[in-house]
Amino acid sequence: MSLMSKHTILEKNVILLAVAAVVAVAIGGLVEIVPLFYVKDTIEKVGSIRPYTPLELEGRDIYVREGCYLCHSQMIRPLRDEVERYGHYSLAAESMYDHPFQWGSKRIGPDLARVGGKYSDDWHRQHLQNPRSVVPESIMPRFGFLFDTPLDTTDIEAKMRVQALIGTPYTPAEIKSAKADIMTQDTTDSDGAAALAKNYPGAISRNYAGIPHQVTEADALIAYLQMLGTEVNFKTYDDKANIR
Amino acid sequence: MQQGVTKQLSRSELIGFVLLAAFAVFATFVSAKAWTPAYAVQTSIMAWTAVICAFLLVKNYYDRPAQLPPREIDGKPNYYLGPVKFLTVASIVWGVIGMSVGLYAALELAYPHLNFSQYVNFGRLRPSHTNSVIFGFGGNILIGTSFYVVQRTSRARLAGYLSPWFVAIGYNLFLLLAISGYPLGITASKEYAEPEWYQKLLLTVVWVTYLFVFVGTLMRRAEPHIYVANWFYLSFILTIAVLHLFNSPTIPISLFSSKSYIVWSGVQDAMFQWWYGHNAVAFFLTVPFLAMMYYFMPKRAGRPIYSYRLSIVHFWALIFIYIWAGPHHLIYTALPDWVQTLGMVFSIVLWMPSWGGMINGLMTLSGAWDKLRTDPVLRMMVVALAFYGMSTFEGPVMAIKEVNGLTHYTDWVIGHVHSGSLGWVAYISFGAIYCMVPWLWNRRDLYSMKLVNWHFWISTMGIVVYISSMWVAGIMEGLMWRSYNSLGFLQYSFVDTVQAVHPLYVLRALGGAMFLSGVLIMLYNLWMTITVDETAQTEAGHPNDPALVPAK
Repeated sequence: MSLMSKHTILEKNVILLAVAAVVAVAIGGLVEIVPLFYVKDTIEKVGSIRPYTPLELEGRDIYVREGCYLCHSQMIRPLRDEVERYGHYSLAAESMYDHPFQWGSKRIGPDLARVGGKYSDDWHRQHLQNPRSVVPESIMPRFGFLFDTPLDTTDIEAKMRVQALIGTPYTPAEIKSAKADIMTQDTTDSDGAAALAKNYPGAISRNYAGIPHQVTEADALIAYLQMLGTEVNFKTYDDKANIR
Repeated sequence: MQQGVTKQLSRSELIGFVLLAAFAVFATFVSAKAWTPAYAVQTSIMAWTAVICAFLLVKNYYDRPAQLPPREIDGKPNYYLGPVKFLTVASIVWGVIGMSVGLYAALELAYPHLNFSQYVNFGRLRPSHTNSVIFGFGGNILIGTSFYVVQRTSRARLAGYLSPWFVAIGYNLFLLLAISGYPLGITASKEYAEPEWYQKLLLTVVWVTYLFVFVGTLMRRAEPHIYVANWFYLSFILTIAVLHLFNSPTIPISLFSSKSYIVWSGVQDAMFQWWYGHNAVAFFLTVPFLAMMYYFMPKRAGRPIYSYRLSIVHFWALIFIYIWAGPHHLIYTALPDWVQTLGMVFSIVLWMPSWGGMINGLMTLSGAWDKLRTDPVLRMMVVALAFYGMSTFEGPVMAIKEVNGLTHYTDWVIGHVHSGSLGWVAYISFGAIYCMVPWLWNRRDLYSMKLVNWHFWISTMGIVVYISSMWVAGIMEGLMWRSYNSLGFLQYSFVDTVQAVHPLYVLRALGGAMFLSGVLIMLYNLWMTITVDETAQTEAGHPNDPALVPAK
């Protein structure tokens, strides 16, 4: 067989073999990934998606740090039972500012893509302190230490600068006011609440963890959880327009 | 030996020493200014490692003969086995650590009170488990066997004097940093790519060196042909480099912080992640372990590879098709449908090339099947191929959209992964380790074949318990989530499924414990093989029970 005998050429030359192997593995990746960056309808047009507020961004980093994504997905599939259980199926647009994405791969606990507003802050406080106090069968670890750990905000500006560099539209003014914004968002009836909601539409300011005069890691995490999946108003969202 | 040659510091020793010293100073500086205690600890581990390596370098210089070891002695290749021994031992150590952590994490899911501290919470332990078994146990034995196999099949000494050691130590430093970092909260959260930016940078440098050592050795080969196992190793090294580079472009928020953000976001990040994630399964957990199979199976069975032509066809088909299969991790997600469909189709096409390797391995035993009765090591490798065949059939089935709708997010996936990783990856590695340890340490044979037999049976039963409990759990979860009552309402709340799988989580931990016991038996057996002086060892359980020796 002549083709097989030609293989001898590759078997006798390391560089040729290496090049051929790289070419063989490059094709699939190129075909599947490159179009995602320029095919327009990869990400739906939804006007209302905004970057995370500084407090939510800190909360998200805690979510990442604690490995929440290992038990909770943030991706509702367009299947009847999922939509009934968790809400409207997830849109690609909803994670467009997620560096990295947190879709998850396993549901040891329920999906969290639309957990925002589903439970009260008080429920989240109790649940994080001791999950079994509100859900007796739960196997989730306790996260009480988050309430004892003050949120480290010294790095928030550096974080937002990098986020801005890689495409999240934070303005220099927003980065500058990040620390103040964290205080504002964690205070109930704060003076700056309206201004914050102007920069970050829909951002709600209140004392999330209920600990007065202190921003803890629990505040940030609850603030993040309470905004998950709330950015798109599905009463007015046109499903058909974005069928892909 | 070589009189008259004055001892001189070789150029690579000099450069190595300077680099290590400079790195130690730099890492100490970063450590002093680190923003978080965890990062300070990590950077000082790096500094101390550099100091220790610099010391070992100098010590080695004083201890070594004037001339660096020659490539050949009396016309025979002077194989470089030190790094191979180190990597083999490291593999076993990481294996025991990783499997113990895995067992603990499994118990946490059954008994949540075991999450007693933030440092051992499930979310922080799970990446430590996956990383130390995949990259610690798997990675070390892959690099170790590749260094062994490439020398033997090329009849040439490993390229480089210090670089193979740099690969071995650098890779294990990377593992130490990454795996100790997750409990401290340092993670990038991309599954199987959780290491943070500085750990990834270290891995990049190590991996490029590894590529140079491997290719350099192939270039020195005395054999005209590159042996088939080396094609698999080479494509593993190259593709992992490509995957790693594209899934890791991450920007640190500061040199003094461990935190970074990946440049990709949302749907593109998901696609990169699972293109990486699935091909980590392909090019880390399949392709190079096939390389291992292609060397150690024929060696142990004493038979040539069944079909040379099949190995060519299935090699190219496998590496070409595997790379397309990533999107099957994202079926029914917000990833565009056309990519999902491509991923599904190629996953099914992949079935045959995957089985090519299994067929080639199993058929190699033609005429040597009787050895399965007497040689538990060979039996382990055959069972590995059987599990390989089973999970590469199960995978394509799970990639079909309709099936995936049921299986995704459930424990079936965990079962599938473990049938591949325990059944295939670990078993073929055990086979290779059992073959290689006596060869490396110049022993006639293993300390005890009886213990290998024990290892085989207890682990095999452990795997069966593990995967069947996960199958049942997964199918039950999938069915309960989608079940409706007669009034048209969802029948179960989520927590009902959590409660329902509890007994299966207990069983799974039991399966894991059995598998781990097998590994501990192996650890003891290998320890005795290496340390016990054979001349003193007369009766102590040498090969087989006389009753089992086949009739001649």
